[in-house]
Amino acid sequence: MKEKFKSNRNSTVSYSLVIALFIILSIMSGAGLLGRKYSSLLVPVCCYIVAAIGLNMNVGISGELNLGQAGFMSLGAFTAVIVAGALNFHGVTAPALVLLICIVCGTLIAGFLGWLMSIPVLKLEGDYLAIVTLAFGQIIVNIINNVYLGIDENGLHFSFVNNSIQMQEDGKMLISGPMGATGVNTASSFLAGFLLVLISLIVVYHIMNSRNGRAIMACRDNRIAASTVGINAVAEKTLAFVISAALGGAAGALYGMNYSSFAATKFDFNLSILILVYVVLGGLGNMTGTIIATTLLVVLPEVLRFLSIYRMLIYAVVLIVIMIVTNNQTIRLRLKNLRQNKKESGKGAKTNG
Amino acid sequence: MKKKFLCLGLIAALCGAMTACGSSAGSSSVSSGSASGTVTKVSGDAFKLGASGPLSGDASVYGIAVKNAAELAIDEINKKGGIQFELNFQDDQADTEAAVNAYNTLADWGMQVSLLTVTSGSGQSVAPLYKQDNIFAITPSGSSTAVIYQDAENNKDPYGNIFQMCFTDPNQGKASADYLAEHTDLGTKVGIIYRNDDNYSTGIYNTFVAEAKEKNLKIVSTGTFTKGATDFSVQIKQAKDAGADIVFLPIYYQPASLVLQAAKNAGYTPTFFGCDGMDGILTQDNFDKSLAEGLYMLTPFSADATDEKTQSFVKAYKDKYGETPNQFAADAYDAVNALAQALENSDVTPKSSTDDITAALTKQFTSMTFQGITAPGDITWNENGEVSKEPRAIVIKDGAYVSAE
Repeated sequence: MKEKFKSNRNSTVSYSLVIALFIILSIMSGAGLLGRKYSSLLVPVCCYIVAAIGLNMNVGISGELNLGQAGFMSLGAFTAVIVAGALNFHGVTAPALVLLICIVCGTLIAGFLGWLMSIPVLKLEGDYLAIVTLAFGQIIVNIINNVYLGIDENGLHFSFVNNSIQMQEDGKMLISGPMGATGVNTASSFLAGFLLVLISLIVVYHIMNSRNGRAIMACRDNRIAASTVGINAVAEKTLAFVISAALGGAAGALYGMNYSSFAATKFDFNLSILILVYVVLGGLGNMTGTIIATTLLVVLPEVLRFLSIYRMLIYAVVLIVIMIVTNNQTIRLRLKNLRQNKKESGKGAKTNG
Repeated sequence: MKKKFLCLGLIAALCGAMTACGSSAGSSSVSSGSASGTVTKVSGDAFKLGASGPLSGDASVYGIAVKNAAELAIDEINKKGGIQFELNFQDDQADTEAAVNAYNTLADWGMQVSLLTVTSGSGQSVAPLYKQDNIFAITPSGSSTAVIYQDAENNKDPYGNIFQMCFTDPNQGKASADYLAEHTDLGTKVGIIYRNDDNYSTGIYNTFVAEAKEKNLKIVSTGTFTKGATDFSVQIKQAKDAGADIVFLPIYYQPASLVLQAAKNAGYTPTFFGCDGMDGILTQDNFDKSLAEGLYMLTPFSADATDEKTQSFVKAYKDKYGETPNQFAADAYDAVNALAQALENSDVTPKSSTDDITAALTKQFTSMTFQGITAPGDITWNENGEVSKEPRAIVIKDGAYVSAE
């Protein structure tokens, strides 16, 4: 019963944090207090939060280290570009509608490929699994890097490695190999990003507090013990993996519709690691922490711009310091004591008053 | 079990942080003398000139060269009186997302004219934003057609307010094939090694192959690699086995230096031929210069040219930064000077609206002739923003760039 309360409290904190942040930032952005620099970061922050929440489902809740989240993001992003290109070509241009269809398609495609991938991947455990997901992430990016896709009145045209597409006069290239997606009509907005974050939180908390969620966590804590009480470990892990991939795809779709031009090389191994850093810093299984960590780490390099050429150096140093500080037992204990003291003094003040 | 994962995650995170660290350290060692701030301040009214490029990360040699040369050109122009510039150069790590952030930082600063970006990928991602806000931009080195055309596959729908100081990639491929067809003494059997996940490399490769077919150049082998490749022995063996006596390398200089090393290890000595991305190979840290001996490249600039303009630029650059300028620096120097010339000839002032400045500059650039250090003759632009100038072939002799003619 106590557990249930705790998880409910966690989710309430997450929801209120996200909603409060959205309201404050919307007002600030509307009043022009943020400037273009920070306003333009709002959507990418939402993308990374969704991707990180998805990854936390896999790494934190299911306990499987996944190093291929950027691969799923790229799937979502390029699916979104193709769908948006096709919709625009046929005269559908309402941004909200295009974005909704793109995100749904991106989520489904990434989720489906996540499921396909989970068949060989979940046969493995621990480090081996991590390495295989890493390889899959690379494969996806390398394949997309060689895809040429165009659209004209006869439909979609596709070629691989070398561009051999012959199109009608009104044809338009959607993806051109290493040049990536070009000339996408952007459709993302902060509101859409906020809603996506909210939906992903609802999905993840709902699963965490369900029978499946408890089974997933049981498998994480002790797979053999879980299997002996009749839990289908592979099925539960697959569920977590697919949810993670699908959220990665949704994040990618939002990302893709936010930039008018991007290449597949953006979604390389480094990005996967970056998202993992958000998750680890935020705390495994801790969604509120993930949201805060992601926001901080995405905005940090932009805040540090005044440092000119030392920017990335300082960023790396700050990252190391944060990692060490947040994992130091003594500091954690002190923080805890501080919080308890505050609570007690608060109580004391009340009784006195 | 949970702890183990946490551990693994942390290690991975630290690795990521360390690579970021390493690349920054690399950049600061290359940049000599210009560590202070990114904004060049001047008194009085000045045009706000924005730019972004990689000051950290893989391609930082280019970004730093462009930044140095732009600062040099602006110092000279500001000293002369007349047109004044204030430069704000932002780091974009040659990354599309960071380039958009850099653009927004510049827009907040109130940029009026721009050098766009140093690299093509970044340029491609911010070009629509420049179009949207109608700010005039000339890129020193963003050579992809996607930087100036909205429909890059068919070279249709130019942005109109974005110009290039350098050749487009397709033109480089064509010019390289033409050069090799004319100079059969270098060799007749061509092997190619290119990076097939890179826009720059595939752009040149495609037009090179098409032009080679026209000119009856024989391509005997084609090797590919992707980002981050470190071992080229397979590609070199492939070219060697096919009997190639010219190896065409339409790639950047870091992988090229590894290709040269691999060729040396295999005892293979064909003529290597590169494009403008090869420039910078001699200033790379820890590079054995003897490897690049006899390397040909087609680039618009050579530091040993005897004309007065080039000489004075090379001298000023060497005095200020302690190294020989490469072609990126020269392009940036020309781009700033071309901007100054165009502004001089038009009647806009720093107080004019950006729409007026853009209209005036577009008119000037499409009608003026410019004489700079990146071409022996006149430089002109067409209304699409493409530059028209003569390429120069240079070769590395005794560890220095020398004209091949």
